[in-house]
Amino acid sequence: MIDSIDLSLVNWSRGQFALTAYYHWLFVPLTLGLSLILAFMETMYVRTGDEKWKNITKFWMTLFGINFAIGVATGIIMEFEFGTNWSNYSWFVGDIFGAPLAIEGIMAFFLESTFLAVMFFGWNKISRKWHLASTWLVAIGANLSALWILVANAWMQHPVGMHFNPETARNEMLNFWEVLFSPVAVMKWLHTTASGFVLAAVFVTGISAWFLLKKRENLLARRSIMVAATFGILSSLFLIWSGDQSTRQIVHVQPMKFAAIEGLYHGQEGAGLVAIGVMSQTADDPENENIKDFAVRVEIPNFLSYMAYGKFDAFVPGVIDLINGNPERNIISSAEKMEKGKYAREILKEMKDARAADDFVTYEARKAMLMDPEFQENYFRYFGYGFIDDPGRLIPNVPISFYSFHIMVGLGFWFLAFFILALLMAWRDTLARRRGFLRLAIWTIPLAYLASMAGWTVAEMGRQPWVIQDLLPTFAAVSQIDAGMVQVTFWLFAVIFTTLAIAEVRIMTRQIKLGPKEGRK
Amino acid sequence: MTVGRRLWLIILIKLFVFFILLRLFFFPDFLKSRFDTDKERGEYVLEQLTQ
Repeated sequence: MIDSIDLSLVNWSRGQFALTAYYHWLFVPLTLGLSLILAFMETMYVRTGDEKWKNITKFWMTLFGINFAIGVATGIIMEFEFGTNWSNYSWFVGDIFGAPLAIEGIMAFFLESTFLAVMFFGWNKISRKWHLASTWLVAIGANLSALWILVANAWMQHPVGMHFNPETARNEMLNFWEVLFSPVAVMKWLHTTASGFVLAAVFVTGISAWFLLKKRENLLARRSIMVAATFGILSSLFLIWSGDQSTRQIVHVQPMKFAAIEGLYHGQEGAGLVAIGVMSQTADDPENENIKDFAVRVEIPNFLSYMAYGKFDAFVPGVIDLINGNPERNIISSAEKMEKGKYAREILKEMKDARAADDFVTYEARKAMLMDPEFQENYFRYFGYGFIDDPGRLIPNVPISFYSFHIMVGLGFWFLAFFILALLMAWRDTLARRRGFLRLAIWTIPLAYLASMAGWTVAEMGRQPWVIQDLLPTFAAVSQIDAGMVQVTFWLFAVIFTTLAIAEVRIMTRQIKLGPKEGRK
Repeated sequence: MTVGRRLWLIILIKLFVFFILLRLFFFPDFLKSRFDTDKERGEYVLEQLTQ
């Protein structure tokens, strides 16, 4: 099949989806985290009756509103792309993708938008407690909306709770709860929302640091840093824990991704964790841009084995083991998986041809075969491998996966240290004098966005070539449309989203410079 | 113009661009625009998956 695929179409479609997803994600994490920080601040106002807490809440609520208004509906573009650019994929996933997205739409619309209006326009119109309840419901609604999107994404990383109906060429959901409570989905939601909390805490700390540098809004800045740094410490610890748990899951459900993000080519017992590494061309396959080995590395001995399996001497499979197979470790080769996948595709083709030829005996026999749980377990689970002609295509881009993962993890630990330092200085009331730290706090804001984007790069680039793990490769998921059209819309989106991002930064910056409404002259 | 009005304006322009311009002129549903029934759509995708 690969010969008939227009790779330019695939690459532009992927590029366009990545562009829209990255831009959409510029807005989402701040909404997730800042909504909770607002709720904490307003809780302080309601509990203490201190009007200053109300002013602080309203200032951050304005910034939340700017981010929400500019970001709202940017995600809908991805749904447009599913229908136009990724029609094979959209059809193949069936209702499994549609159901969570529909719930998300309903939840986002009813819960978020209803209480968002109350939160913004309800000050002095309803009681304090009802207003506070609305703010909390906005925060809960936003984070629950994220759950449904992440459930859909997690299913693509680890498809469960469904079976393939060969008659309709769609996957059908067998067990909604298995899809919803898939361990990958739960951990993905916890880790992703926690990353939003950390980003928002960095944002609040950084903006507050700017006020302290300018010797303005001292009380707002100090109180905001106390809240954000405390929230940031708790969220960072949770982020590190959930990240560790997610990585342990990847070892089992996406071993190739795990090998790529760790830059592990040859499996070994007692594998070391590369804490810092610089990659260069490998001698194994110098022509392959996806594969690079380390020119320089700082390694923690045996730690990768411990991280993956909880034992310092455990065997961790590398890229080469997963491609060539390792009978001693019960790892089947990619060639064997490709054979099984091709067989599954062949049976599907025979069923389709028999139906077209009105050969009902063959049709029913092939259909029964495809629906047989044993066939699904032994052959159809490798269906996607049937599209692959070269095992080298099963390797994701190792340098991008490795660097993105390490940037994300490294920055995650920096954020924890940053929040601890900020809280200590705020506690001792020495922050205003630490001008170097205050400048660093401002520069940490873009780093939080970088870490968040790196996380998605790990998740999505690391799982290539799959759009649905083991079932459908990305190149087989595209619609047969004109690549030129995809290029046009790519640049159209680049212009629209860049305009929105500039608008966000300009309006936000202006509002920050103006400061809280109550303090303006 | 207040920040609130400016944001409402951005939201309205954005919704118009997304749902009217982009959706109608650049993002037709590939399968729905080419086939009338789910059966035909399924057969087309099946062909794509097995060719």
